[in-house]
Amino acid sequence: MIHSKTAMNRLFKEVPIRQQYFISLGAVLCVILLSLLIHEVVGYRAIAFFLLVTISLLSLFLDILPLVLAAVLSALLWNFIFIPPRFTFSIGTAEDQVLLLMYFIIVLIHAVLTAKIRQAQQEVRKREERSRDIKFYNTLLNSLSHELRTPITTIMGATDNLLALGNNLSETNKYELLNEINIASIRLNRQVENLLGVSRLESGAFKIRKDWVDVRELIYTTLGQFEPMFSNHSVTVSASESLPFFKLDFALMEQVLFNLINNAIQHTSEGTSILITADCVDEKLMIAISDTGKGFSEKEIDRVFDKFYRAHASRPGGTGLGLSIVRGFIEAHGGTITLRNLPLSGAEFTIILPTELTYLNNLKHE
Amino acid sequence: MNKSTVLVIDDEAQIRKLLTITLEAQEFYVHEATTAKEGLAAVANHPPDLILLDIGLPDQNGHDVLKHLREWYTNPVIILSVQSNEEDIVRALDNGASDYLVKPFRTGELMARIRSALRKSTVDENHALLTFGDLVLDFSSRTIKKNNEKIKLTATEYTLLALLAKNESKVLTHHYLLTQVWGPTYREESQYLRVFIAQLRKKIEADPNRPVHIITESGVGYRFIA
Repeated sequence: MIHSKTAMNRLFKEVPIRQQYFISLGAVLCVILLSLLIHEVVGYRAIAFFLLVTISLLSLFLDILPLVLAAVLSALLWNFIFIPPRFTFSIGTAEDQVLLLMYFIIVLIHAVLTAKIRQAQQEVRKREERSRDIKFYNTLLNSLSHELRTPITTIMGATDNLLALGNNLSETNKYELLNEINIASIRLNRQVENLLGVSRLESGAFKIRKDWVDVRELIYTTLGQFEPMFSNHSVTVSASESLPFFKLDFALMEQVLFNLINNAIQHTSEGTSILITADCVDEKLMIAISDTGKGFSEKEIDRVFDKFYRAHASRPGGTGLGLSIVRGFIEAHGGTITLRNLPLSGAEFTIILPTELTYLNNLKHE
Repeated sequence: MNKSTVLVIDDEAQIRKLLTITLEAQEFYVHEATTAKEGLAAVANHPPDLILLDIGLPDQNGHDVLKHLREWYTNPVIILSVQSNEEDIVRALDNGASDYLVKPFRTGELMARIRSALRKSTVDENHALLTFGDLVLDFSSRTIKKNNEKIKLTATEYTLLALLAKNESKVLTHHYLLTQVWGPTYREESQYLRVFIAQLRKKIEADPNRPVHIITESGVGYRFIA
């Protein structure tokens, strides 16, 4: 109920003010014209109620000034055309004079009240938005402080030790401290990379550079980045050599595939198989990445692409930004990404990208 | 072997320090400059064997510095950039940069790029025979051998491979490859390049999906590795 109301508000709020004046004029004139046809049957006093209903309806979505216009115009026209003596602004009986005055007052009160209600609603909405923003930034700050400060603490602590105790540390301990610094900086770099990805998307100043891409080359180049990490997972690629070339942003799609494969590696246990499939479906590029892990709980499926959402059982060391970047980059290509659990076990991410394609690679080239 | 001189132009003191320590440990002489102005003066006074140029200098755009340098300086210039913006990198390469590194980079990667850039500037252009591991390119007879077996290449495939191999370890942009092999009107027709790279990989790589010779530089171009 509340939802449909806000949806309606949003819909009506978007009517530009000039159009609102036209709507108010048009509605009043239409009702007056209709009334001309039937006033002999229903009598001129009923016309006032038609007009009242019209203005009540208008007040649902018009601002106060167009409503006042409708109020004044309808009162004048009703008086001029319908109240006897007709086609004059004079009013015959005291009863009609009171009626017109009352009509005018009711319509104005109506306009003012709805405007006030609308204003109050807007304030509530603004407050809601603000509290949503605050919640968003709290999550961001919590996540950031943890994900950035942990590696920084490690780096500072380890270097303190190396600087102060350098000569008293065993070679093994020195090596371990240096190794910790290394791991911490890689982690720090990954988080910064994700944050840059998000701010790139949110800045709006983000543009994609499409060029012809050999999807097999894209997939294998991405896999090349993982080489040392694959020891515990088996990865299979299923993509025909006759797959056409598609126009894509190579670097962005590489990051999309990297995040999805990385996600599968991070969240499934050793020995899990990962399958990457690429195909041309209805002239669109389809890429699916599936694993044989535990899959997602139904509750999580809708939320995994949300910013900062992290699966409940996930290991530490993520900001929950990876998949939101994936969705952002896919949407920048005009495509979609969906997630579903597979019937037996595991989950599958499916990307559909509508884009130009060419079968040039299937011709014979000399 | 004589020690080579490297000029580091970067406004960040920490980066200069890191690069100086790393390079001196590898037997290089290092000069430092903090601004474009200082850098250009240093190059004019004592032309170094190689320049590491930060693209985000405070006093002048790195791209302009590069263009200015290229008016008279022909030794390798390696670009250091903080963002992996492919457009920026391609622009620098088109303006005559020999290679690029995106911060943060690993010192191993840095040294590999420096070594290959320096090697290139001393390579004998007229060498007829180039050997790259299992591959042998004979320019005089226009033949390629893999594990001593002759490989049949089409004319275009040969031209492309020869161009890549002559620029061993150097990243060549899509535009450059298309212009050199197919001609200026094909500058934007990257689909041809994709086709022929795939064909070449099938012929010369042990596993075309995990190439060790023709390496993809995402959104930038290709690099031939021995």
